[in-house]
Amino acid sequence: MSSPAKLIVAVAVASSFLLAVLAALWLVIGAGLEAPEQALLASLLERRLGALLMIVFAACVFLFLILRAAHEFLLLPLARAAEEAAALLERPTVRLSPQGSSELQELIGAVNRVAVQREAREAAIEAQIRAANAAAEADRNRFAVLMSELAQGVIVCNLDGRVLLYNRRARALFAASPGHGMAALGLGRSIYGIFDRHLIAYALEHIASRRRSHSHFVTATESGRLLRVLVAPIPEAGAAADGGAGLSGYMTMIEDMTETFDSESTRDRLLQDLTESSRGPVANLRAAAETLYDYADMDAGDRRRFLAVVRDEAEGLAGRVEAAARTYAAVLKARWPLEDMLGADLLTAACRRIADRCALQVSLDEVDAGVWIKVDGFSMLQAMSYLAARLHDEYRIRDLKLRLSRDGAMAHIDLIWSGVFMSTETVMHWELDPMNAAGEATPLTVRDVVERNAGEVWFQRDHASYRAFFRFLLPAVSAQEAGLPGAAGATVDSRPEFYDFDLFRDEETDLALDDRLLAQLAYTVFDTETTGLEPSAGDEIIQIGAVRIVNRRLLRHEAFDQLIDPQRSLPPQSVKIHGITAEMLAGQPPIARVLPIFRAFVADTVLVAHNAAFDMRFLELKEAATGIRFDRPVLDTFLLSAVLFPNQETHRLEAIAERLGVSVMGRHTAVGDAIVTAEVFLKMLPLLVERGIRTLGAARAASEKTYHARIRY
Amino acid sequence: MAKKILIADDEPNIVISLEFLLKREGYEVVVAHNGAEALVRVRAERPDLAILDVMMPQRNGFEVCQDLRLDPEFKDLRIMMLTAKGRDTEVSKGLALGADVYMTKPFSTRELVAKVKALIDRA
Repeated sequence: MSSPAKLIVAVAVASSFLLAVLAALWLVIGAGLEAPEQALLASLLERRLGALLMIVFAACVFLFLILRAAHEFLLLPLARAAEEAAALLERPTVRLSPQGSSELQELIGAVNRVAVQREAREAAIEAQIRAANAAAEADRNRFAVLMSELAQGVIVCNLDGRVLLYNRRARALFAASPGHGMAALGLGRSIYGIFDRHLIAYALEHIASRRRSHSHFVTATESGRLLRVLVAPIPEAGAAADGGAGLSGYMTMIEDMTETFDSESTRDRLLQDLTESSRGPVANLRAAAETLYDYADMDAGDRRRFLAVVRDEAEGLAGRVEAAARTYAAVLKARWPLEDMLGADLLTAACRRIADRCALQVSLDEVDAGVWIKVDGFSMLQAMSYLAARLHDEYRIRDLKLRLSRDGAMAHIDLIWSGVFMSTETVMHWELDPMNAAGEATPLTVRDVVERNAGEVWFQRDHASYRAFFRFLLPAVSAQEAGLPGAAGATVDSRPEFYDFDLFRDEETDLALDDRLLAQLAYTVFDTETTGLEPSAGDEIIQIGAVRIVNRRLLRHEAFDQLIDPQRSLPPQSVKIHGITAEMLAGQPPIARVLPIFRAFVADTVLVAHNAAFDMRFLELKEAATGIRFDRPVLDTFLLSAVLFPNQETHRLEAIAERLGVSVMGRHTAVGDAIVTAEVFLKMLPLLVERGIRTLGAARAASEKTYHARIRY
Repeated sequence: MAKKILIADDEPNIVISLEFLLKREGYEVVVAHNGAEALVRVRAERPDLAILDVMMPQRNGFEVCQDLRLDPEFKDLRIMMLTAKGRDTEVSKGLALGADVYMTKPFSTRELVAKVKALIDRA
């Protein structure tokens, strides 16, 4: 009941009560009177009726005024305060205005103080949450950067085998073949596209049954590289690391052991060959030698025969040992890792090493402190101290200087001395002899070292200053390249696209595709360039470009970009549009080879394209010839634009991009258009939700309904 | 009558020494240069001892040994195997296939002669 109504009811009730009191008074007085007294009273009343009625009316008005004052002063402020308090529940910044009685004002004051308290507390909690989120995000990013710098490949999956994280190295390992590689590894994709499901299942079982923290298996990639894979389970958050129960996923750490394996197996084979192939000749030699010794009385003919055996076998053995040594040197060369090193550090180390090993005075000459070189430091030190030792041993050189300078993309390291020049022939010998001097004993030569370091070495003399030097020419590294890790880190954007831990969460994957939320689906956004607009009149696809969207993020790294030989001529007017020339298409695979790879790339995603009917028509026409069907659901940004902006005249991609604030770059390359389309699509998702279009099914139904859906190619 | 020994090895440089040694010890020596020839010569010459190299062309020493052991006619033939691969697995295989003695190259000639004597005297 509203307040004014309440007031009227209150006044009516009070007036009735007053009248009832008067009536009762009349009855009580009237009942005890005799007839004449009654008549007297009646006449008395009759005479005073006007005054009586006036009194009663005045009493009623008085009652009304009292009640109205009470209503306004007590009831109304209470009602308003209640309304304000209700608003306060919704908006914490609202305060109750002071009104009504002093008691009410006290109550209102107290409520306002509680509100202030609540607001402060909520702000504090929010700040804490923000700080925690920021810290978590920073941790994640730091972690992702760490991952990306690892020398091993890392892939993290949830229990369904969906990829949540991978690093650069993993990408490099599996992206060896341009199409298939990218189809194999991607966020949200299945790891079983890369590793046999059974290998992983077996490894996890092994871990569970042996209560181990990890397990290994060895497998090979499509391109024939040999991988050693470590599998380690990831316990659910909060679960103890060793408590067998509660896994949330697992991590695989991948090492490419092709080269290690090659060089190790070469070494093993070498060792085995050397021992096994030596047994026969050594047996012959030993038997002949022992026979010669034990039967000294043999005749001259026999003796010559045995001596011939000894000579031949000894010679054969020497050759074998030599060959083995050469092979071993090659294995050693292959094992050297090159690293970026500050040139000045190498020179300082060389000074120390030469001074230690040869009785020589070594000092630094001019050293450019800013020069970085790419080098196997240890072998370079060996080569330098070896040359120093020979200078000292053979030419009595007692004083050496080391110099470092930069020459374009190369660096010079010079070993300088004065006085003695040697012949080129001698220098050649020094280069090609195994480095056995200055306490070194290695089958490697100086030449091997410079070759391995992709450098050169020569001997040079400077008649004017009467100085001579050995010059090592080594590849220099640009300062930025070698510099701080920041240089590499800068390319990692604030949220690297190599991971998405939100995928850890269980998804309602058991729902029918049409019932799943648009925001949760994975999409392949693609575009094609063609020879023309008439697929049924023989026009062909010449380029397919595609990017992926997973968890509402555009994954630019996981792109598909392939030119296709249309096996027909290229109309000049189409070249004007897409800029792809016949020369660019020469040697590219035909559509029949590209489609299987593209289908693998789009597996388990929803297809998105602008004016998708056009692109789909080209793909459908190839179905009969290739047997490749694209039966994944399709969304069309053209139709979705018509759903969202029914009153706009144009739904061209540029126009929609402008409307949605997407900057357009690199249009009319397939990947460029696919990226623009993807960005447009991402902007459309929240707008669709505003219109109540949340699921794939709803989006498809809305698209069908639009007028433009009637356009068919 | 002098005991007869077959030497089967494709390396002439070891055959020279073995032939000389065994002849000086008073044995009659027959030489085969591959596995197939070894089988033929064993059947024709009926030696008391066959010295088989494992790595021979045509039939290797294991095959020759196995063939001979399958034939009851040669149950008294002693077989000594020589190998350039010193793997334990090979020694086990040779003994399992019926060789009486297994020697790994390079061997001592005195030890070889001593083993030959022991084998033949046992017969």
